[in-house]
Amino acid sequence: MLASIVTTEWYLVLAALLFSIGVVGVMVRRNPLVLFMCIELMLNAVNLTFVALAKRNNDIGGQTTVFFVLVVAAAEVVVGLGIIVAILRRRPNATTDDLAELKG
Amino acid sequence: MMEVFVFVVAGLMVLGGAVGVIVAKHPVHAALSLILTLFGIAVNFVALEANFLAAVQVIVYAGAIVVLFLFVIMLLGVDNAENLSIEPFRVQRPVAAIVGVGVFGLVVTAALVSRDATSAVQGSGLEVLAADGGPDHDGNIRALARDLFSDHVLAFELTSVLLVIAVVGTVLLARKPRKGDFQEGGN
Repeated sequence: MLASIVTTEWYLVLAALLFSIGVVGVMVRRNPLVLFMCIELMLNAVNLTFVALAKRNNDIGGQTTVFFVLVVAAAEVVVGLGIIVAILRRRPNATTDDLAELKG
Repeated sequence: MMEVFVFVVAGLMVLGGAVGVIVAKHPVHAALSLILTLFGIAVNFVALEANFLAAVQVIVYAGAIVVLFLFVIMLLGVDNAENLSIEPFRVQRPVAAIVGVGVFGLVVTAALVSRDATSAVQGSGLEVLAADGGPDHDGNIRALARDLFSDHVLAFELTSVLLVIAVVGTVLLARKPRKGDFQEGGN
Protein backbone atom coordinates (compact mmCIF):
# COMPACT_ATOMS: atom_id res chain seq x y z
CA MET A 1 0.00 0.00 0.00
CA LEU A 2 2.10 2.85 -1.27
CA ALA A 3 1.77 6.45 -0.14
CA SER A 4 -1.63 5.93 1.33
CA ILE A 5 -2.87 7.43 4.58
CA VAL A 6 -5.21 4.51 5.26
CA THR A 7 -2.77 1.70 5.99
CA THR A 8 -3.45 -2.01 6.34
CA GLU A 9 -3.46 -1.64 10.14
CA TRP A 10 -6.61 0.48 9.97
CA TYR A 11 -8.46 -2.33 8.25
CA LEU A 12 -7.03 -4.93 10.63
CA VAL A 13 -8.19 -2.94 13.66
CA LEU A 14 -11.65 -2.49 12.10
CA ALA A 15 -11.82 -6.24 11.44
CA ALA A 16 -10.71 -6.95 15.03
CA LEU A 17 -13.49 -4.71 16.35
CA LEU A 18 -16.05 -6.43 14.13
CA PHE A 19 -14.83 -9.86 15.24
CA SER A 20 -15.03 -8.87 18.93
CA ILE A 21 -18.59 -7.61 18.48
CA GLY A 22 -19.46 -10.96 16.88
CA VAL A 23 -17.88 -12.86 19.80
CA VAL A 24 -19.82 -10.81 22.35
CA GLY A 25 -23.01 -11.38 20.35
CA VAL A 26 -22.56 -15.15 20.28
CA MET A 27 -22.03 -15.17 24.04
CA VAL A 28 -24.89 -12.82 24.93
CA ARG A 29 -27.76 -13.55 22.56
CA ARG A 30 -30.07 -16.54 22.94
CA ASN A 31 -32.10 -16.47 19.75
CA PRO A 32 -30.50 -19.07 17.45
CA LEU A 33 -31.13 -16.92 14.36
CA VAL A 34 -29.35 -13.90 15.86
CA LEU A 35 -26.57 -16.23 16.95
CA PHE A 36 -26.10 -17.20 13.33
CA MET A 37 -25.96 -13.56 12.27
CA CYS A 38 -23.18 -12.98 14.82
CA ILE A 39 -21.24 -15.87 13.29
CA GLU A 40 -21.66 -14.13 9.92
CA LEU A 41 -20.19 -10.98 11.48
CA MET A 42 -17.11 -12.92 12.53
CA LEU A 43 -16.74 -14.52 9.09
CA ASN A 44 -16.90 -11.08 7.50
CA ALA A 45 -14.26 -9.74 9.86
CA VAL A 46 -11.92 -12.52 8.77
CA ASN A 47 -12.75 -11.84 5.10
CA LEU A 48 -11.84 -8.19 5.58
CA THR A 49 -8.51 -9.23 7.09
CA PHE A 50 -7.77 -11.52 4.15
CA VAL A 51 -8.51 -8.82 1.59
CA ALA A 52 -6.50 -6.17 3.48
CA LEU A 53 -3.47 -8.46 3.67
CA ALA A 54 -3.90 -9.49 0.03
CA LYS A 55 -3.55 -5.84 -0.86
CA ARG A 56 -0.54 -5.34 1.43
CA ASN A 57 1.31 -8.36 0.07
CA ASN A 58 0.10 -7.69 -3.48
CA ASP A 59 -1.02 -11.33 -3.68
CA ILE A 60 -4.29 -12.47 -5.22
CA GLY A 61 -4.29 -15.61 -3.03
CA GLY A 62 -5.99 -13.77 -0.19
CA GLN A 63 -8.91 -12.87 -2.42
CA THR A 64 -9.18 -16.47 -3.66
CA THR A 65 -9.43 -17.60 -0.04
CA VAL A 66 -12.23 -15.10 0.60
CA PHE A 67 -14.04 -16.52 -2.44
CA PHE A 68 -13.99 -20.00 -0.88
CA VAL A 69 -15.00 -18.60 2.52
CA LEU A 70 -18.04 -17.03 0.86
CA VAL A 71 -19.05 -20.35 -0.70
CA VAL A 72 -18.61 -22.27 2.54
CA ALA A 73 -20.46 -19.56 4.49
CA ALA A 74 -23.41 -19.83 2.10
CA ALA A 75 -23.52 -23.64 2.50
CA GLU A 76 -23.14 -23.33 6.27
CA VAL A 77 -26.02 -20.87 6.54
CA VAL A 78 -28.26 -23.11 4.44
CA VAL A 79 -27.59 -26.19 6.58
CA GLY A 80 -27.76 -24.22 9.83
CA LEU A 81 -31.06 -22.61 8.95
CA GLY A 82 -32.39 -26.04 7.94
CA ILE A 83 -31.55 -27.35 11.40
CA ILE A 84 -33.09 -24.26 13.04
CA VAL A 85 -36.27 -24.72 10.97
CA ALA A 86 -36.48 -28.35 12.10
CA ILE A 87 -36.01 -27.37 15.76
CA LEU A 88 -38.33 -24.37 15.78
CA ARG A 89 -41.07 -26.32 14.03
CA ARG A 90 -41.14 -28.72 16.95
CA ARG A 91 -40.60 -26.12 19.64
CA PRO A 92 -41.55 -22.55 18.72
CA ASN A 93 -39.67 -19.89 20.70
CA ALA A 94 -36.86 -22.28 21.58
CA THR A 95 -33.72 -20.45 22.70
CA THR A 96 -30.20 -21.80 22.73
CA ASP A 97 -30.61 -22.53 26.43
CA ASP A 98 -33.22 -25.14 25.53
CA LEU A 99 -30.98 -26.98 23.08
CA ALA A 100 -29.76 -29.31 25.82
CA GLU A 101 -33.13 -30.97 25.32
CA LEU A 102 -31.97 -32.23 21.93
CA LYS A 103 -30.11 -35.05 23.62
CA GLY A 104 -31.65 -38.48 23.90
CA MET B 1 -8.18 12.61 2.14
CA MET B 2 -10.86 10.91 0.12
CA GLU B 3 -9.81 7.43 1.23
CA VAL B 4 -9.92 8.46 4.89
CA PHE B 5 -13.46 9.69 4.33
CA VAL B 6 -14.44 6.44 2.59
CA PHE B 7 -12.81 4.36 5.32
CA VAL B 8 -14.53 6.28 8.13
CA VAL B 9 -17.96 6.12 6.51
CA ALA B 10 -17.64 2.42 5.65
CA GLY B 11 -16.22 1.69 9.10
CA LEU B 12 -19.14 3.43 10.77
CA MET B 13 -21.54 1.41 8.59
CA VAL B 14 -19.79 -1.83 9.57
CA LEU B 15 -19.64 -1.11 13.30
CA GLY B 16 -23.08 0.46 13.52
CA GLY B 17 -24.64 -2.52 11.77
CA ALA B 18 -22.71 -4.97 13.94
CA VAL B 19 -23.84 -3.27 17.16
CA GLY B 20 -27.36 -3.22 15.73
CA VAL B 21 -27.24 -7.00 15.23
CA ILE B 22 -26.39 -7.75 18.84
CA VAL B 23 -28.68 -5.17 20.51
CA ALA B 24 -31.78 -5.50 18.31
CA LYS B 25 -34.69 -7.03 20.21
CA HIS B 26 -36.39 -8.11 17.02
CA PRO B 27 -34.68 -10.69 14.73
CA VAL B 28 -35.90 -8.82 11.62
CA HIS B 29 -34.14 -5.66 12.79
CA ALA B 30 -31.00 -7.69 13.45
CA ALA B 31 -31.11 -9.04 9.88
CA LEU B 32 -31.54 -5.53 8.47
CA SER B 33 -28.58 -4.30 10.55
CA LEU B 34 -26.59 -7.20 9.15
CA ILE B 35 -27.23 -5.86 5.63
CA LEU B 36 -25.73 -2.51 6.69
CA THR B 37 -22.60 -4.27 7.94
CA LEU B 38 -22.29 -6.34 4.76
CA PHE B 39 -22.56 -3.25 2.57
CA GLY B 40 -19.88 -1.52 4.63
CA ILE B 41 -17.61 -4.53 4.13
CA ALA B 42 -18.31 -4.38 0.38
CA VAL B 43 -17.28 -0.71 0.32
CA ASN B 44 -14.05 -1.63 2.10
CA PHE B 45 -13.48 -4.38 -0.48
CA VAL B 46 -13.71 -1.81 -3.28
CA ALA B 47 -11.28 0.45 -1.43
CA LEU B 48 -8.90 -2.53 -1.18
CA GLU B 49 -9.12 -3.23 -4.94
CA ALA B 50 -11.18 -6.41 -4.56
CA ASN B 51 -13.86 -5.35 -7.02
CA PHE B 52 -15.13 -8.82 -7.86
CA LEU B 53 -15.42 -9.83 -4.22
CA ALA B 54 -17.33 -6.63 -3.45
CA ALA B 55 -19.92 -7.55 -6.09
CA VAL B 56 -20.10 -11.15 -4.85
CA GLN B 57 -20.41 -9.90 -1.29
CA VAL B 58 -23.48 -7.84 -2.17
CA ILE B 59 -25.07 -10.57 -4.31
CA VAL B 60 -24.39 -13.59 -2.10
CA TYR B 61 -24.58 -12.07 1.37
CA ALA B 62 -27.06 -9.23 1.08
CA GLY B 63 -28.97 -10.83 -1.77
CA ALA B 64 -29.11 -14.47 -0.74
CA ILE B 65 -28.07 -15.10 2.85
CA VAL B 66 -29.94 -12.23 4.51
CA VAL B 67 -33.00 -12.96 2.38
CA LEU B 68 -32.77 -16.57 3.59
CA PHE B 69 -32.65 -15.31 7.18
CA LEU B 70 -35.71 -13.14 6.61
CA PHE B 71 -37.53 -16.03 4.92
CA VAL B 72 -36.91 -18.30 7.89
CA ILE B 73 -37.89 -15.60 10.39
CA MET B 74 -41.14 -14.83 8.63
CA LEU B 75 -42.12 -18.34 7.49
CA LEU B 76 -41.67 -19.74 10.98
CA GLY B 77 -43.34 -16.77 12.63
CA VAL B 78 -40.59 -16.46 15.22
CA ASP B 79 -40.47 -12.70 14.72
CA ASN B 80 -41.45 -11.89 18.29
CA ALA B 81 -39.29 -9.50 20.24
CA GLU B 82 -36.88 -10.94 22.76
CA ASN B 83 -36.73 -9.44 26.22
CA LEU B 84 -33.08 -8.46 26.49
CA SER B 85 -33.28 -7.35 30.12
CA ILE B 86 -33.37 -10.98 31.25
CA GLU B 87 -29.87 -12.28 31.83
CA PRO B 88 -29.92 -16.09 31.86
CA PHE B 89 -26.74 -16.43 33.90
CA ARG B 90 -25.85 -13.76 36.39
CA VAL B 91 -22.30 -13.03 35.24
CA GLN B 92 -22.85 -13.75 31.55
CA ARG B 93 -22.65 -10.18 30.22
CA PRO B 94 -19.62 -8.99 32.21
CA VAL B 95 -17.76 -12.15 31.19
CA ALA B 96 -18.80 -11.65 27.55
CA ALA B 97 -17.58 -8.04 27.66
CA ILE B 98 -14.25 -9.08 29.17
CA VAL B 99 -13.74 -11.83 26.61
CA GLY B 100 -14.69 -9.44 23.78
CA VAL B 101 -12.18 -6.81 24.91
CA GLY B 102 -9.59 -9.55 25.38
CA VAL B 103 -10.07 -10.91 21.87
CA PHE B 104 -9.85 -7.38 20.47
CA GLY B 105 -6.65 -6.69 22.40
CA LEU B 106 -5.05 -9.94 21.30
CA VAL B 107 -5.86 -9.47 17.62
CA VAL B 108 -4.75 -5.83 17.55
CA THR B 109 -1.53 -6.71 19.35
CA ALA B 110 -0.84 -9.46 16.83
CA ALA B 111 -1.56 -7.09 13.94
CA LEU B 112 0.72 -4.38 15.30
CA VAL B 113 3.55 -6.75 16.20
CA SER B 114 3.57 -8.25 12.71
CA ARG B 115 3.13 -4.97 10.83
CA ASP B 116 6.65 -5.08 9.41
CA ALA B 117 6.58 -8.77 8.53
CA THR B 118 7.22 -9.44 4.89
CA SER B 119 5.47 -11.99 2.75
CA ALA B 120 7.30 -15.30 2.41
CA VAL B 121 6.33 -15.72 -1.22
CA GLN B 122 6.47 -13.31 -4.08
CA GLY B 123 2.96 -11.90 -4.60
CA SER B 124 1.30 -12.61 -7.90
CA GLY B 125 -0.30 -9.17 -8.11
CA LEU B 126 -3.91 -8.13 -7.68
CA GLU B 127 -4.51 -7.32 -11.32
CA VAL B 128 -3.61 -8.68 -14.71
CA LEU B 129 -2.55 -6.05 -17.21
CA ALA B 130 -4.35 -5.70 -20.51
CA ALA B 131 -2.83 -7.06 -23.71
CA ASP B 132 -1.37 -3.67 -24.61
CA GLY B 133 0.23 -3.35 -21.17
CA GLY B 134 -2.16 -0.63 -20.02
CA PRO B 135 -4.61 -0.75 -17.12
CA ASP B 136 -7.49 -3.17 -17.51
CA HIS B 137 -10.85 -2.49 -15.94
CA ASP B 138 -11.49 -6.16 -15.25
CA GLY B 139 -7.92 -7.01 -14.35
CA ASN B 140 -9.01 -8.03 -10.86
CA ILE B 141 -11.46 -10.62 -12.17
CA ARG B 142 -8.82 -11.95 -14.57
CA ALA B 143 -6.24 -12.30 -11.82
CA LEU B 144 -8.74 -14.00 -9.52
CA ALA B 145 -9.87 -16.38 -12.25
CA ARG B 146 -6.29 -17.22 -13.21
CA ASP B 147 -5.46 -18.11 -9.59
CA LEU B 148 -8.74 -19.94 -9.02
CA PHE B 149 -8.59 -22.13 -12.11
CA SER B 150 -4.90 -22.94 -11.95
CA ASP B 151 -3.72 -23.33 -8.37
CA HIS B 152 -7.06 -23.97 -6.71
CA VAL B 153 -9.00 -25.84 -9.36
CA LEU B 154 -9.39 -28.99 -7.24
CA ALA B 155 -10.77 -26.98 -4.31
CA PHE B 156 -13.09 -25.21 -6.74
CA GLU B 157 -14.46 -28.51 -8.00
CA LEU B 158 -14.87 -29.76 -4.44
CA THR B 159 -17.02 -26.73 -3.58
CA SER B 160 -19.57 -27.99 -6.11
CA VAL B 161 -19.74 -31.28 -4.20
CA LEU B 162 -20.10 -29.30 -0.96
CA LEU B 163 -22.99 -27.27 -2.36
CA VAL B 164 -24.82 -30.37 -3.61
CA ILE B 165 -24.42 -32.02 -0.22
CA ALA B 166 -25.66 -28.86 1.50
CA VAL B 167 -28.75 -28.67 -0.71
CA VAL B 168 -29.63 -32.36 -0.30
CA GLY B 169 -29.02 -32.23 3.45
CA THR B 170 -31.15 -29.15 3.90
CA VAL B 171 -34.06 -30.63 1.94
CA LEU B 172 -33.88 -33.72 4.15
CA LEU B 173 -33.65 -31.66 7.34
CA ALA B 174 -36.32 -29.10 6.64
CA ARG B 175 -39.09 -31.11 4.98
CA LYS B 176 -42.05 -32.22 7.00
CA PRO B 177 -41.66 -35.95 7.80
CA ARG B 178 -44.35 -38.07 6.18
CA LYS B 179 -46.28 -40.53 8.26
CA GLY B 180 -44.40 -43.78 8.65
CA ASP B 181 -41.04 -42.32 7.65
CA PHE B 182 -39.74 -42.63 11.17
CA GLN B 183 -41.22 -42.48 14.62
CA GLU B 184 -41.47 -38.90 15.89
CA GLY B 185 -40.41 -39.43 19.48
CA GLY B 186 -43.16 -39.35 22.06
CA ASN B 187 -46.30 -38.12 20.32
